[in-house]
Amino acid sequence: MTEGSVPVARRHGHIRWPGAAIGLFLSGAAAAGAQSLPPLTEVAGDPARGEALLRDMGRASCLICHEISQLDEKDMGEIGPLLDGVAERYDAGELRARVADARTLNPDTMMPPYYSLDGLAGVARAYRGQTIYSAQEVEDVVAFLLTLTDEAAQ
Amino acid sequence: MMPAPRPLMRLAAWLCALALPGLATAQDAPRSGYSYMEPETQALQDDDFLNPGFFLVDQGLALWQQPMGPEGQSCAGCHGAVETAMRGVAARYPAFDPAADRLMNLELRIQAEMAGRMQATPFDYSAPEMLALTAVISLQSRGLEMRPEINDETLPYLDMGREIYETRRGQLNLACLHCHDDHAGERLRGDVISQGQINAFPIYRLLWSEAGSRHRMFEWCMQSVRAEPFARGSDEFVALELYLAQRGAGLAMEAPGVRR
Repeated sequence: MTEGSVPVARRHGHIRWPGAAIGLFLSGAAAAGAQSLPPLTEVAGDPARGEALLRDMGRASCLICHEISQLDEKDMGEIGPLLDGVAERYDAGELRARVADARTLNPDTMMPPYYSLDGLAGVARAYRGQTIYSAQEVEDVVAFLLTLTDEAAQ
Repeated sequence: MMPAPRPLMRLAAWLCALALPGLATAQDAPRSGYSYMEPETQALQDDDFLNPGFFLVDQGLALWQQPMGPEGQSCAGCHGAVETAMRGVAARYPAFDPAADRLMNLELRIQAEMAGRMQATPFDYSAPEMLALTAVISLQSRGLEMRPEINDETLPYLDMGREIYETRRGQLNLACLHCHDDHAGERLRGDVISQGQINAFPIYRLLWSEAGSRHRMFEWCMQSVRAEPFARGSDEFVALELYLAQRGAGLAMEAPGVRR
């Protein structure tokens, strides 16, 4: 992997300034992929269900890699960008695109595709043919992420 | 099994990579997993009387002397004292075995000796007895630098191991390098990610409440990314083991290690 293709998350690490968001945006623009995704289901996402799902460590929780300061959780990961105020930086379609398959924005991303089977190899039998989240679960998580405004982070 | 076109050129490339790590790879200098552990975990490893891995060593020492097979041969019968006969062996394994025409790690070597010269039923790869024998053998390399031999025979395995290390797998679509090269030292959930070095195996792993081999750890990692693991003792895992040993070459052997 050359320096030029280093994922944004890798270069910025656990950075808490707005530049990280700008960096993500630029990398998405450069990748010429889907930056926004329309709703995957007709049922609006439920933020409470999304929060419960996102905190469930058995479900490849976002918190393994990301931190959300307002959550009363210890030991959140520091690999991905901080998600505080993420709703200020992205709208529903942009968040959905990132959760569903962040590779459409950055092919070298480390972030697992939560709603795509494209290109997966060597998947364990128990998970074969299944996405990490269902379509409705993506909607629920996106609905919760949309509550993460600057105000909510205060 | 694995064609090796221009092995000399690739050997040369590897030697360059060793001489110029900064230019050849983005990888940091090798750092033992020990340095990422909590002080309490380190203390457990440091004291041979507290280190739970030494139960295995005691058991392994007994097995080293135990008669096996129809002739009642023991490891000690041919090799002599494990302390002298096995000094430095684990540090240079996996190694190529010309007779079997394959790369072997300690477990495969032990199985071959049992089935061959001793005419005994070999211990299963994951048997407690196997773990115990590898523990007592690995202990004889403690403090020595891990350094497998890279030559025409082992080079194809090294390439294979590197490819496995760098290939995305599983439902989470991650390669080993995504965590262990790119994010070593950062927190994944509550745990600091290590470089994934293998210089302390077999380890007593607190999470398992028991000891485990290198291949058991590889299996655990693959399952964590929801990938179908290779079999313990498979060419794939032995190749990965060689790549990791080479990647961490120069680290002091620590067996039996203690990890979280």
